[in-house]
Amino acid sequence: MRTARLPWLSAFRASLLPLLLACIPLAGQAQDVAVDFARQAVQIAMSGEPRSLNSTRTTDALSIFVIEHVMEGLIRKDEHNQLAPGVAERWEMDGTTARFWLRRDARWSDGKPVTAHDFVFAWRTVVDPATASEYAAIMFPVKNAEAINNGQLPVEALGVTALDDYTLEVELESPTGYFLSLTSFMIYYPVREDFYVAQRGRYFADVQNMLFNGPFKVTSWVHGASLRMEKNERYWNSGIVQLNVVDIPYITNDSQARFNLFKDGKLAVENGLSGLEAEQLRDALARRMRIYNHSDGSVFWIEFNHVAERPTRSKNLRKAIQAVYDSQELVYKVIGIAGYIPGETMIPAYMSGVQDKFRSEYPVTPAPIDLALARDYLEKARQELGVERIPPLSILADDREISMLQAQYFQALFKRTLDLDIKVDIQTFKQRLERMNSGNFDMVISGWGPDYEDPMTFADLFASWNINNHGHYESTAYDSYIRAAQGSADPKTRMDAMGKAQQLIIDDAVILPTYERVVNIVRHPRLEGLQFKQTGASMVFTYARVVE
Amino acid sequence: MSSELTAEDFSPARDLSQAERIVRPSLSYWQDAWVRLKRNRRALASLYLVIALLLFTLLGPLLWTQDHTLQDLDAISQGPSLGHLALVVEDSANWPGVSGAALPAAAGAELGAPANVAVEGLATTQYVRLTWSAVPGAQHYLIYRNDHAPESDQDLGLPLGQTFTNEERSFEDRLQLREQSYWYSVIASDGLIEADSFTTREVAVQRAITYSQALERGFEPAVGERVMLPSHPFGTDYLGRDMLARIMEGARVSLFIGVVSPLLFVLAGVVYGGISGFFGGAIDTVMMRIADFVIALPFLLFMILFRISFGIGPGESGIFPMLLALVLLRWPDTARLVRGQVLQIRGEAYVQAAKMLGARPSYLIMRHMVPNTLGPILVTLTFAIPMAIFTEAFLSFIGMGVSPPTPSWGSMSNEGLRTMLSSPHELLFPSIFISLTVLAFNLLGDGLRDALDSRLRSRE
Amino acid sequence: MLRYILKRLGIGLLTIWFIATATFVAMHMVPGDPLSTERGMTPAIRANLERQYGLDRPVFDQYLLYMGNMLKGDFGLAFSEENRSVNDIIREHFPVSATLGVLSLLFATVGGVLWGALTALYRNRMPDAIIMFLVILGISVPSFVFAGLSQLLLLNLNQWAGRSLMPVAGWDGFRSMVVPALVLGMSTMAYMVRLMRSSMLEVADTDYIRTARAKGLSATRIFFNHQLRNAVLPVVTVLGPAIAIITTGGFVVESVFAIPGLGRYFVQAVAQLDYTVIMGTTVFFGAFLVLMVIAVDILYGFIDPRIRLGAA
Repeated sequence: MRTARLPWLSAFRASLLPLLLACIPLAGQAQDVAVDFARQAVQIAMSGEPRSLNSTRTTDALSIFVIEHVMEGLIRKDEHNQLAPGVAERWEMDGTTARFWLRRDARWSDGKPVTAHDFVFAWRTVVDPATASEYAAIMFPVKNAEAINNGQLPVEALGVTALDDYTLEVELESPTGYFLSLTSFMIYYPVREDFYVAQRGRYFADVQNMLFNGPFKVTSWVHGASLRMEKNERYWNSGIVQLNVVDIPYITNDSQARFNLFKDGKLAVENGLSGLEAEQLRDALARRMRIYNHSDGSVFWIEFNHVAERPTRSKNLRKAIQAVYDSQELVYKVIGIAGYIPGETMIPAYMSGVQDKFRSEYPVTPAPIDLALARDYLEKARQELGVERIPPLSILADDREISMLQAQYFQALFKRTLDLDIKVDIQTFKQRLERMNSGNFDMVISGWGPDYEDPMTFADLFASWNINNHGHYESTAYDSYIRAAQGSADPKTRMDAMGKAQQLIIDDAVILPTYERVVNIVRHPRLEGLQFKQTGASMVFTYARVVE
Repeated sequence: MSSELTAEDFSPARDLSQAERIVRPSLSYWQDAWVRLKRNRRALASLYLVIALLLFTLLGPLLWTQDHTLQDLDAISQGPSLGHLALVVEDSANWPGVSGAALPAAAGAELGAPANVAVEGLATTQYVRLTWSAVPGAQHYLIYRNDHAPESDQDLGLPLGQTFTNEERSFEDRLQLREQSYWYSVIASDGLIEADSFTTREVAVQRAITYSQALERGFEPAVGERVMLPSHPFGTDYLGRDMLARIMEGARVSLFIGVVSPLLFVLAGVVYGGISGFFGGAIDTVMMRIADFVIALPFLLFMILFRISFGIGPGESGIFPMLLALVLLRWPDTARLVRGQVLQIRGEAYVQAAKMLGARPSYLIMRHMVPNTLGPILVTLTFAIPMAIFTEAFLSFIGMGVSPPTPSWGSMSNEGLRTMLSSPHELLFPSIFISLTVLAFNLLGDGLRDALDSRLRSRE
Repeated sequence: MLRYILKRLGIGLLTIWFIATATFVAMHMVPGDPLSTERGMTPAIRANLERQYGLDRPVFDQYLLYMGNMLKGDFGLAFSEENRSVNDIIREHFPVSATLGVLSLLFATVGGVLWGALTALYRNRMPDAIIMFLVILGISVPSFVFAGLSQLLLLNLNQWAGRSLMPVAGWDGFRSMVVPALVLGMSTMAYMVRLMRSSMLEVADTDYIRTARAKGLSATRIFFNHQLRNAVLPVVTVLGPAIAIITTGGFVVESVFAIPGLGRYFVQAVAQLDYTVIMGTTVFFGAFLVLMVIAVDILYGFIDPRIRLGAA
């Protein structure tokens, strides 16, 4: 090439650098910041798009997060997570009847009052089989709800009546001590019939299809990209709401991207919904950020398959596996996220019992960790199953990092200690569900989050009739404990029964408890008053404020 | 050639019988290509690199015998090292902890900081056991741990946990302890609010393994002695597995997919394109139309879709579904190329001549078609390898690749990316191997193309 | 010419049908369905949901129904987002992907042609070596590593500068698009540099360049009028496939930089087994690519007078 003597070339090269640099000064002044004291505005990120903001139908955590900010039920949770008057200013509960007196100043965002009829309509919509609400089962304590949902009764048969505009009467199937706390849950929120009907199936689909009665209102929603909530001035209790704006300009499921946004001063809090990962905690530590944590109520475990054709039906095999498994090693060494509590049972430590914490009143006797004992059990299991060698066992997990980590750990652990062959079976979310539902597993990494504030939300999972009993554990003793607890209104009787059920889960090696999740977060030092809960939305901005 | 000429050089040739003799050895197409490839320094270097990678994959495990599945939970995410000394300690029986009656709140007084924060026993990577004195009015205590001395109560570090009752006055920390100093802070709480004051204590932790672990690893230890733990030249991963062994194992997966799938789809393409081009006419039109359809499928979208549809059973690695998907989607490129070549060669005068001389189709194919298409096919193959390796890496990255515990470079990079800051080696080593391999095959492909290009051949 | 375009479009339509069918078959081979949820459902609710989404019909009926609707331009309602049609999703998110794609393609082409030309000019000298080293990086470093590293780099840049020079993520204005577009276009650019370089070198050896030089034309004129113009042709041919790689390969970049594009939707939809979104995005992308390839072929005809489209 001999044409290199081009006079303009050096000039061209010289112009390149300034050209590149010129892009940078375009950088406007940083106006979008995490918190703004003057405007009382905060900015956060979400891990995904809310599936549906229709309170009668949705199920996902992100939707519940938004809905709890813009709607309010009969009863709400105050900043200390105690039940407080919501739309109902007072209530009475007597056996199977509950009566709520609604406040007269509760208003929809269009100015019309919130009435008892709005609750009746909403609840009927939830249990209506045509709505196909996946959370309808949470409403089954209300009289006839289950029968209506199964199409056996008309929706009008639901045990809820508006005695007048401001009095609501609820009949229950059986005494349900935790019913009051249920009414703070999303599907019990009111829906105004005329508005709902006018949206013709697009209720809460877009901003113009929304009607609020909660502390905030959604003022903008660009699907998949951003969402913005602003203070609802029509909210009866708007005095307690100090934030004017909760802006969500980022939606990404990449947790590292969100954490980087936080570090870049774009977010007021991260990761309030599922917690920071171990690496992000190390990073936060190195940057001298303050780390907060709270239990989100979820408990995780490995569920055995108890059906006849699976080797894990053998109690001896399950006991053998149980006797080599140490949840402390799993949590402290393998998972390594600060605050996670090694699993002991299926009922989380924060859950209340009769007077104190349930777990203080009914401490579980753990199964011993003993290799010699485990080998005895294994020998018995071989005889029981009539095999020379235990066939390979599959362990089903979803493709989240923490699940894959555990599956690999268990594979190595059971091979090393018991010489069991374990086949790791990692599937995407839906395919794991499909395998769980069709019983295509020996062990599955699983867990549960509470739907209401009572140990029953966990205890009834292993009752033989429960559709979420994927391992099909069947025990007449267990079933009888659950029936006893469900049939009684006396807290002591109920908790006693669930205490026995809890111990049976360990003695029968129904599950291997792995851990109770703790959500580690970082937040802007000027953001205060964030509320964290175990049921419903895990993070709430209603009582939050930006301090100077 | 010598530049110095003497008169002798200009003397007439006497022996004319040798005039037609070709002094320089006659080079076949392949010999010539080889000569030219050898002259291309970059290509030659990458050829050596490819050979080295293959040796690493095939012979490496014979030399580096650590088990790639062995999990050392005491050496999680450790940087490259040549081995560490570790103290042998007794097995950690469950520590009952220390408790005593809670002290009632002093009237009007604020919660104070716990006094006498101390370590019970040795502070080792197995456990650190803290005890302290009761604080009047405390409902429970919170324990924090930091890697540096806290500057204020905003800088206490990781919230490790809290005591369950107000009677417990101890805490056992076992959370991924490393051989370093930690600053533990204990702070009292009245049940709702943490106290303003706290007590911090620096604890130097020494590396230790338990007696039974030492036995399991083939040491003959005595408690209190030190043993030398195995070296990890590439460090360990998030489950304490040796990275070097895993990269060797991962090489098998990545290179298997990277080499076998191109071989398969290039072969499929050669057969398909060959048939199509050889017969021509309507057959050719239909066959090429089908190939065009497959080419039009958005590649990555369908890789993901196929990977999900083929599924992975329990205990399967997922290599086969990926191989199948790659072959299903990638054959048409080669088919097109080969067809074009065959069509072109079919029209060449020498083939026509051979035909007229009565050559059988099999002779035509073997003597003319195959040798003349082999060059471009080889080049395609070389470029297909990095593509396949990248595809594997990409799919593994978005979690649609091989399934754990099977390692592949792609899935290892994906796992390493999450711990990029605290243990960069987990990302660095697998990505370097991906990059090196992709680079080597690309440069080799360049060199081959230059070497096999008949136009260049005639021009020089 | 018109006949040629019509013929190409007809074949394109057939191709799109093939893509749709292949997607439908592949998708229905996956066990499970979009309705399964973490919390169990009573059979009655499930049956109702199936009826709502038409999943209670035989698969072939679903196929016919789907194809019928697709002909009318209706991709149906998404499973994973209530009340949202796939058409809406495409309408709202494809422009984002397309903007990102066009930007990175622009970067890749301009950078590729310019740098490729430069390396050829400076063959075997310092600038050539530097650019080729960058090209090698572009070819051999996986895009996800690039994306993660560049975000980290931005973060450190901002912290070093003490203010937000460039956003580390998000989709808000030109500034937030630059780095994602660079990352996305990196490998394509590297490819184009190599292509351009060899093409430039080849052209430099031709007789007409020699003639031009002999005529005494200025170096600048030879460079632009003869060399660059002729050497750029092969780059145009790879534009079609490049568009494909860039627009559909954006998952990682979209996810890392929190960009609300369509690629991210596809990956989520596959994990969620969201039938309609999978179908919609694949068919849409497929159709888009088919059209792009046709467009590039036609464009090529305009640039290179030697190629007569009618004969192709």
